[in-house]
Amino acid sequence: MTTTPAQKKCPEYYEIDAELEDLNLTLYLVGEFGLKNLTAFERDIRQEISRQKLNSVTIDFSKVCYLDSAAALALLQMEKDTNYQEIKFLLVNLSDESKGIFSVIHENALMQRSFRDLPDKDSFIRKIGQSSSDIAGDFAKFITFIGELIVAMAYMIRHPETLRGKDVFFYVQRAGVDGLPIVALIGALIGLIIAFMSYLQLKMIGANIYVPALVSFAMIKELGPIMTAILVAGRSGSSFAAEIGTMVVNEEVDALHTMGFDPIRFLAVPKVLATIIVVPILTVYADFFGIFGGMIIGVTSLDLTIKTYISQSIKSIQVFDIITSLIKAGVFAALIAAVGCQKGFQVRSGAQDVGKFTTSAVVTAIFLIVVTDSIFAIMFYYIK
Amino acid sequence: MDVEKTNPVIVVKNLTARFGDNVVFEDVSFEVCKGEILVIVGASGCGKSTLLKIMIGLNKPFSGQILYQGMDITSVEEKELNLYRQNIGVLFQSGALFSSMTIKENIELPLQEYTDLDPVMIDTIIKMKLGMVNLAGYENYSPAELSGGMKKRAGIARAMALDPQVLFFDELSAGLDPVTAAELDDLIIKTNEALGTTMVIVTHELESIYKIAHRVLMLDKEAKGIVAEGKPQDLKKNATDPRVTSFFLRQKPVDPGEKRFYVK
Repeated sequence: MTTTPAQKKCPEYYEIDAELEDLNLTLYLVGEFGLKNLTAFERDIRQEISRQKLNSVTIDFSKVCYLDSAAALALLQMEKDTNYQEIKFLLVNLSDESKGIFSVIHENALMQRSFRDLPDKDSFIRKIGQSSSDIAGDFAKFITFIGELIVAMAYMIRHPETLRGKDVFFYVQRAGVDGLPIVALIGALIGLIIAFMSYLQLKMIGANIYVPALVSFAMIKELGPIMTAILVAGRSGSSFAAEIGTMVVNEEVDALHTMGFDPIRFLAVPKVLATIIVVPILTVYADFFGIFGGMIIGVTSLDLTIKTYISQSIKSIQVFDIITSLIKAGVFAALIAAVGCQKGFQVRSGAQDVGKFTTSAVVTAIFLIVVTDSIFAIMFYYIK
Repeated sequence: MDVEKTNPVIVVKNLTARFGDNVVFEDVSFEVCKGEILVIVGASGCGKSTLLKIMIGLNKPFSGQILYQGMDITSVEEKELNLYRQNIGVLFQSGALFSSMTIKENIELPLQEYTDLDPVMIDTIIKMKLGMVNLAGYENYSPAELSGGMKKRAGIARAMALDPQVLFFDELSAGLDPVTAAELDDLIIKTNEALGTTMVIVTHELESIYKIAHRVLMLDKEAKGIVAEGKPQDLKKNATDPRVTSFFLRQKPVDPGEKRFYVK
């Protein structure tokens, strides 16, 4: 918004020459007046004006070679202030360009009160109430979603041809195959840590031989399913929520609705199914790597042979434990995928919503995994 | 307005853009003159948006230069490019307002980041900018609460926050009703006349083009470059190139090789 062509030399500084005559002050502005030096020249002009009592202030624009709307606005603000002090304020020798810039400043707009005030911050009590009602609402929504999901699943079982096999395969690969390295690494490290920690304790009573049993027991019964589920919640639960959430924002979900497709059958069922398929497999995989991690300690620190270690591990494992572990993994999988998809559908608008519900998907999934796991622990104890 | 040909703000020299082996356009050269409204038109896929993205420093071209005050923005460091970015404003197709912020905070952001103004002055500037785009009073609304046209106007207010030398508009009236589109056109003309801001606009809207364009550049997919340049009325009247006439007359170009099968 330069007011003059660039080739006309415009100094990159500003100057204000003051001339005082019978309480009438004339200020000659020279150079560039814009956002960059606004604070400085505004201060200078105000200083000149406040130096003595005045009848009028005249601002001469004849040597201004750059003026932007912010600078013009600042001058108009000064005009208001001086008028308030009953000092006349005149702007003279404005070029056509400068006049144009002043013309875009609407007094009404400056005086316009905001149509709406920003909402007040909620009080603490109100926040607690709001959160409680949100939690209850979320729970109800989740239950409703589970119901809809079961209906969609039932439909799929009755009409297997409607299953989008390609999608299921895709998510099997994304949630399962792509997750193998991290599951293996975490499984091995967990096994290694348990073996090492129990070795430190058990060696004091000479019970080293129980380390393999402890590792395999812990891995298969608890840590394998739970660690795998937490990893899948972090990897896939979040990605389901973000994916569906973005689709909601882009109106893709609305498009599905209008085309007569059930978004749950279309988007959620393949994801849930794929996760239920892969998580038990990943759990077995994590168990193996956990036992392998323990074996590294067993062989290097406990002076056990690989054969002894394996036979000791197998001795402590029962078929019942393996089956319950796989059932647990399947249930965790269903929870992770269902929560991920449901949170995705809850997104309404905007990038922030996607972030919020992705986080919520992971946190809720992990919470539900732990709660379900404790229920299973008690249940299996009594069944057995 | 007569375009001052002698006073280019941005000079595009021999610009070539490619995606892999796919050449979008080749050897494109033109100038954007001070104070003019330059409209870039062309059929979908001709590279208008690619050209715009290169001009605003988002993408790098395959070869060629874009000179702004003697600085080639295609090859400068990020720091210098940021100086250029402070002198331009961009209105994206959907407005691209930050959805987590209010309208006021959207406009406030560049002012807070790039100037040393006190908050009161910033508030007054925001009110002025909102007034310029006829949105006075909407400070505390969130972008999601505004209609498409209002979002665009708020986007213009944000783009103009730092009083840029050049404003770029991507698909100016896409997705707007004719009345809103016409209002936007008026706003563009008014802003250009009052502030003398140079504007580069990508649009398809023929009515808009006739109303606002001082000069039109037409890109073509097959030609991989500019096929026409001039005032819109002149192009409509005098063009002989079938690609240009078909665009301005809204007709499908006649393809002599096309075989038609008629069912009697």
